Amino acid sequence: MAETFITFATILSGIAFLLALGRFLKGPSTVDRVIAFDVLTVISITFIVLSALIEERGIYLDVALVYALLSFLGVIAIARYLEGRF
Amino acid sequence: MESAMDFMGGFLLLAGASFLLFGGLGLLRMPDLYNRIQAGTKTTTLGTILVLAGAAFLHPEWGLKLLLIGLFLLFTNPLSSQVLARAAHRGGIEKTPETMVDKLAEDFPESIAKSTTSISSSSNKIGDKS
Repeated sequence: MAETFITFATILSGIAFLLALGRFLKGPSTVDRVIAFDVLTVISITFIVLSALIEERGIYLDVALVYALLSFLGVIAIARYLEGRF
Repeated sequence: MESAMDFMGGFLLLAGASFLLFGGLGLLRMPDLYNRIQAGTKTTTLGTILVLAGAAFLHPEWGLKLLLIGLFLLFTNPLSSQVLARAAHRGGIEKTPETMVDKLAEDFPESIAKSTTSISSSSNKIGDKS
């Protein structure tokens, strides 16, 4: 039963990923693209957790943690660059 | 007992994924950059934390790592969205005409005045039709 729930959750997250990717490709300004990138990385963390559930390997959660750290640093660096002061 | 934990975890997984879906939809359809920040970051934070809670129900031995990821997201996601919103406001990104209150412009009027930075010049050309 849990496998069915995980499959449906993966499908819904995939649709959300495609919608955010549409904003990433379309976004009129640079900040729109950065926001879409932020949302894409958060959805990717969800994907990593779901793949850890599917494969039943807990070591994938460390990958998710490091991914969250790096994406946060990237978004902060781009935002400070756009703001024009470091 | 075991199947009850499975059902609860699956329900939380589906709820979190639904929040992610609505967040993606709002990110695509909101009229304004600031509305997109709201729709994109708040819903995805809640959705990801619900998915992490569902995973903790399905595998209770992963609870500590999942709690760590959830706390990290809960602290860093509002911070990055706020920094992005401030960068957009300083860059002079256009607001939607329905905007009633802009407290940041009241506090820092000079941030509207210097709207000739690089991100506003690229957004004024094509920003009106979305």
